Amino acid sequence: MSAAVIPAGRGARLLRNPGFVVGAAIVGFCAIVAILAPWIVPYDPFAIDLDRRLVPPSFMEGGDPRNFLGTDQLGRDYFSRLIYGARISMVIGVLTVITSGLIGITMGVLGGFYGGKIDDAVVFAITTRLSIPAVLVALAVAALRGSSFILVVLVLGLLLWDRFAVVARSTTMQIRNLDYVSAAWCAGASRWWVLTREVLPNIATHLAVVATLEMALAILLEAALSFLGLGVPAPLPSWGLMISEAKEYMFFSPWVIMIPGAALFVLVMGVNLLGDALRDMMGTDLSR
Amino acid sequence: MLRFFLRRFAVAVLVALTVLTLAFLLTRVSGDLAVSIAGPNATQADVEAIREAYGLNRPLYVQYFDWLGRAVQGDFGQSYFFRDRVANLIAARMPVTVTLGLVGLAIALVVSLPLGILAAVREGTWIDRLVGLVAMIGQAMPSFWLGLVLMIVFGLQLGWVPISGVETWDGYILPGIVLAFSAIPSLTRLTRSGMIEALASDYIRTARAKGLTRLSILVKHGFRNAAIPVVSIAAVQLGFMLGGSIVIETVFALHGVGFLAWESISKNDFPVVQAVVLVLALIYIALTLFADLLNAVLDPRLRTA
Repeated sequence: MSAAVIPAGRGARLLRNPGFVVGAAIVGFCAIVAILAPWIVPYDPFAIDLDRRLVPPSFMEGGDPRNFLGTDQLGRDYFSRLIYGARISMVIGVLTVITSGLIGITMGVLGGFYGGKIDDAVVFAITTRLSIPAVLVALAVAALRGSSFILVVLVLGLLLWDRFAVVARSTTMQIRNLDYVSAAWCAGASRWWVLTREVLPNIATHLAVVATLEMALAILLEAALSFLGLGVPAPLPSWGLMISEAKEYMFFSPWVIMIPGAALFVLVMGVNLLGDALRDMMGTDLSR
Repeated sequence: MLRFFLRRFAVAVLVALTVLTLAFLLTRVSGDLAVSIAGPNATQADVEAIREAYGLNRPLYVQYFDWLGRAVQGDFGQSYFFRDRVANLIAARMPVTVTLGLVGLAIALVVSLPLGILAAVREGTWIDRLVGLVAMIGQAMPSFWLGLVLMIVFGLQLGWVPISGVETWDGYILPGIVLAFSAIPSLTRLTRSGMIEALASDYIRTARAKGLTRLSILVKHGFRNAAIPVVSIAAVQLGFMLGGSIVIETVFALHGVGFLAWESISKNDFPVVQAVVLVLALIYIALTLFADLLNAVLDPRLRTA
């Protein structure tokens, strides 16, 4: 996609942007780790060893070289769980962006393109969505239906489409009367053609910025839901769940919450750096 | 002007009604309410008894209008668990949540206004980039984790503030800081972009030409104009913060509305959950309405929009 929408000069400029390089390195690294997780973990992340609980990381006092990042309260290897956790965060982030993107972009483009009553309805839906407290509703639905991986993706996807809709709508409005769109109409292009071949490609980079923001938000929300016990169910090693399970021990061994929390922060920071670099390049105004 | 107010008010009422309907549907379509209330060990007879007792065997539209009719009068029914009126429960917990929200907003403003102005004045320099980085760090910080880390450092190791609860005023400091983190990025960016726009305008050049002091130009002429969007976004952010306080109240064991919702969710006490969703949504709707009207009053250019 990026090759089609980012002219070569801009691509080169992106590579000179330190934020982009750092962000891409972090996200790329996490993606590779997530994909290769089963082949790079030193131990089974679910294997419990009650004789070796809460062993500190190997670089700390009392650490054991066998467990680079120590073990958790059930004796499971923390490094292996952390790597599988990257998998959960990445998959949730990507799937949520796809779901919410489909909903939000469809609504925003239709509203911005047709205007009038359709646009009123879209704006109304956005306003309503924004007034609903997302975390609370996600928790309530998870409690009613029983939490599962798929449910988290669906709930987040159904809740986080608002910014996609806002940006798709405003950017579509900006370009719908430009010359090349009019030219396509005059050339006898169908409505579908104009929407998919003229409008969408030209708002794609703005939407890519939104996608990074929403991915970051989805990863943070999944962690928060799992932390509250209504996200990804145990024993899956979601970073939020790891923090939640370890927090009883945090006053004696702070590293148990530092490690998954730092991983979460770094990944989200990486995604945001990517988005920020894209935004600089495009001049997308998302300050609201 | 009056037409703008009326139109904006009508939209707010319509949104509120939609949220009422969604809050009702939320508990009806995402599972069988009676089964959830009865719990995992209930027999079929228990479930039927609950269905009868709570009127869940009536047609859906009857339940809906019955509930809606009561809800608009502020009657959210009886809590299954606390054996009290839901409205009383929420009223008792609201002060903690509102205090937390206001403390969080105050901290966020104290941090982000100077940062945003500084970044705008030094636009394009390393200071500007540093402020951008700070905003991004705030955005990437998992709030519940930050809360735990602050608890370990300032509550346990340094012993400056209580670890949880708000029996004394200083219990609000740590949760307030954590809550502020969620609003700092957007407030900083908005202050910065507003100031940059204001500083580039003609009236600033006039003020400079008149030989006014730098501070007077920045505050009186620049910030006053940049503040309009900031005020309205601050109101909206307060709404988001109240809605998001559930995580922070749970981490710090603050007995506010968020904590109430959390307790009720884990106890399948759905009238309470429904009511909290509704109250938080209504507060948000009221705040955005207030922000829009304030905007219109402060900036006549927006009234035709």
